[in-house]
Amino acid sequence: MIHPYIGLTEEEVKLMLQEMGLDSIDKLFEDIPSRYFLKKSSKYSKPLSEWEVRTHIKNILSKNRVLFYGRLFIGGGVWPHVVPSIVRELLKRGEFYSSYTPYQPEVSQGVLQALFEYQSLMAELLDVEVVNASMYDWGTALGEAFRMAKRVTGRNKILYPHYISPERLEIAETYTEPSKIKLEEYAQNINDGRIDIGDLEEKIGEDVAAVYVEYPSYLGFIPLNIKKAGEIAHDHGALFIIGVDPTILGIFQSPGKLGADIVVGEGQPLGLPMNFGGPLLGIMGCRMDIKLIHQLPGRLIGMTSTIKGERAFTMILQAREQHIKREKATSNICTNQALCAIATAIYLSLLGKNGFKKLGEQILARTKYMMEQLSRIDGVEAPLFKTIHFKEFTYRVKGKNSSKVILEMMEKGIMAGICVGKWFKELGESILTCTTEVHSKEDIDHYVKSLREVLEK
Amino acid sequence: MISNGYRQARWLEPTVFELSRSGAVGVDFPELDPELEKSLKNAFKEIPEDLKRNDLGLPELSELEVVRHFTRLSQMNYGVNSGMYPLGSCTMKYNPAISEELVDDERITYIHPLQPLETIQGCLEIMWRLEQILKEITGMARFSFQPAAGAHGEFLGCLIIRAYHRDKGMLHKNVMIVPDSAHGTNPASAAMAGYEVRVVKSDKDGCVDIEMLEKIVDENVAGIMLTNPNTLGVFEKNIDKIVDIIHGVDGLLYYDGANLNALLGKVRPADMGFDIVHLNLHKTFSTPHGGGGPGSGPVGVVEKLVDYLPPPLVEYDEKEDIFYLDYNRPKSVGKIKMFYGNFSVLVKAYVYLLRIGGEGLVKVAETSVLASNYLLHKIRKLKGITLPYAPESPRKHEFVVSLSKLYKETGISAKDVAKRLLDYGYHAPTIYFPTIVEEAFMIEPTESESKKEIDNFYNVLSKIIEEAYEDPEKIKTAPHNTSVGRVDEFRASHPKTMIPSWRIYKTRERV
Repeated sequence: MIHPYIGLTEEEVKLMLQEMGLDSIDKLFEDIPSRYFLKKSSKYSKPLSEWEVRTHIKNILSKNRVLFYGRLFIGGGVWPHVVPSIVRELLKRGEFYSSYTPYQPEVSQGVLQALFEYQSLMAELLDVEVVNASMYDWGTALGEAFRMAKRVTGRNKILYPHYISPERLEIAETYTEPSKIKLEEYAQNINDGRIDIGDLEEKIGEDVAAVYVEYPSYLGFIPLNIKKAGEIAHDHGALFIIGVDPTILGIFQSPGKLGADIVVGEGQPLGLPMNFGGPLLGIMGCRMDIKLIHQLPGRLIGMTSTIKGERAFTMILQAREQHIKREKATSNICTNQALCAIATAIYLSLLGKNGFKKLGEQILARTKYMMEQLSRIDGVEAPLFKTIHFKEFTYRVKGKNSSKVILEMMEKGIMAGICVGKWFKELGESILTCTTEVHSKEDIDHYVKSLREVLEK
Repeated sequence: MISNGYRQARWLEPTVFELSRSGAVGVDFPELDPELEKSLKNAFKEIPEDLKRNDLGLPELSELEVVRHFTRLSQMNYGVNSGMYPLGSCTMKYNPAISEELVDDERITYIHPLQPLETIQGCLEIMWRLEQILKEITGMARFSFQPAAGAHGEFLGCLIIRAYHRDKGMLHKNVMIVPDSAHGTNPASAAMAGYEVRVVKSDKDGCVDIEMLEKIVDENVAGIMLTNPNTLGVFEKNIDKIVDIIHGVDGLLYYDGANLNALLGKVRPADMGFDIVHLNLHKTFSTPHGGGGPGSGPVGVVEKLVDYLPPPLVEYDEKEDIFYLDYNRPKSVGKIKMFYGNFSVLVKAYVYLLRIGGEGLVKVAETSVLASNYLLHKIRKLKGITLPYAPESPRKHEFVVSLSKLYKETGISAKDVAKRLLDYGYHAPTIYFPTIVEEAFMIEPTESESKKEIDNFYNVLSKIIEEAYEDPEKIKTAPHNTSVGRVDEFRASHPKTMIPSWRIYKTRERV
């Protein structure tokens, strides 16, 4: 069989066997007991040509229903954002994407420097000194952060906020359950989303390894007293972990200044498409504290020099990792989301400090505008939390079932958001919606007009 | 031909921070409509001063500057597209261009995972179809696509083993067996899932020592994690005995799919007696490694373990002709990843599987094994190189030779030879792994390489061995033709000189 992906020709196979003194390739499989061999080979399909595969994939994809641009208002962990064209263009450099983990630094300076720049740019954004070269996503980074907090403090309990992403919480539970970490919720004010300080103070104690806050919260509001939560954590010898959607950080205070010891978050908004939910980019960083860094999971790239003293980059502190420490490693992570981290490095280099601030303004303006417009509709309560929101907010439609609203909006060609009442019962029939720089003012007006029509029906 | 004239690009490329020019912009945004501007002002008024950010240390570059910077960096990087990459255990085969092109379709990139079902039928169908093929290749009953990497799949696999035993009331099972030749991720994943790791040694053939296994397996053993062929490239000939011993104490067998390339279309993990398998789509099924990720490590299980897979699974309702996501999985170990996994990586693997076809997979296995044994056949005759463990047994897709004789005779180590290989335009093999081989050199040519390329790799290696005996200094100071010379790894990780970010660099500079 001749195939473009197989290097050897029939003739070469013959020559090689001849040189080895073998009459067939089967001889090389003779050590495998014959009963294991499949009687017939996998027949799922004949090899298809490039054109046939293209046709097949394109035809399947046409079963996805694609709406007009600017009609997708869903967030909740992955968000529609603008990805500048050159991000993908540069990621398609084969020298980047077809390389492995940079085990040989001398031929891998490109990936190494790009990842060092990712770590450095992200460190600037978060205002911490150390960021690893990526985790799988925010959810898994969170699970690892909780485990890390236990290792650092030797304590067993984590306090997390009521309005946490249910999906991230589930992942964190899966990650922490085997190491017997106890996750306990603390309350947030139902009117303005503030952290319930009284409840937090009641729950914190000598057994608490860390206090976790989401910033903004899963429901898009900023918990205004976030800094206080960090102070309480530190007063009790616990770590303070902030989970962040980094797009707020052009406008809102940095996790570092808010007192975070560990920061996690989702990098997808910074240069990655939604891709039906993956690949994403797990952000994880910490303060420059050797006690923390030695417990930090994941790869780290450092700047160093060659033996002769020229600048060079390489993987550092590998002694924390599984290939050296095996069962005593900080984590099992090996393959990560390196190329996604490079995408984010490109994205952040493009935006720069002014562009990044502008991005924040674009999103903040739309969020506020959309909330203002929706609140003018009779029977709509928007937003549910009377406080500052960024990118996402919840609203409620009086006397109307939220999934029905979403269905009827869909009939008008709008993906209006997600029902969140099933996770947060006290919010009732509420919808979490999302607006970003991809939406024009007309898109938002169209949403508002359509919702009005749905309600008038 | 020996020298291909390799000279890697060498730019004295500053970091983006050093390239920054005040006022430069790489993107623009639409001007805000007056009404939006008004809303922005309203929003700003509400933000308390202590929550406003005033300092942001991002560099400023134009679009072209960013393009050139990262293009130059890419030129200082070596991938499969640059040349042969025989990194053992990593299956660095060719990554088809069509996969890269197809995943840029906006019906993938611009699809949100929480869209209504009727709008994501195409995505679900791809996942469903891929699962059918993986089931056929492995013999497993169902797959979860959530794991983003091989190690992530191992973690899930261990959680499934744990959930199964708890469900059956076998709460005492707290030990996972791992061979001494296993990948580091195996023991690390088992430990993460709460297991105590018990190591089984390799016998003189490099396979699991059955006598020792019998001794260390008791009622507390939950399972064993194995690659087959193992990391030496040797098929575990006693796999039937291992299966009996482990199943004999109600343990489960976990198949680490890192080495499946050798058996594709010929032998299935399920038929060998494995209960759980993870596949590395970024190795075996040709999706790119991306300089370290993203990968995908789907986990497949036999029928009795299906209930423990994480939610959701993709189901097909034949009557309604609709694909849907089933979240109702009460016995599941829980989610381990946001949404459904690294979807675009799944698409690339599906594209590859269609392109190569069922019969092509058999050819992949056969030619990768032929390439490996052919190269070994030549290399093992070289002075200073030995083949430890089962010298008479054929290897599979990879093999491990020892350079310890060379080291003793010339002072040239596996690392030195690896660095010198870079000078000739080849990526180095995996070195110092598995640790049961001294001065290990782990080579996996893959099915992608031609005889000509393999021969030349051999010629280069043989020349380097010659150099080692005649002019060792040249090797000790290698590499010479790469972007930078040999890197000071010690300084890089030393607490006093470690620089993990630009911030730290600036502080160190001030000191």
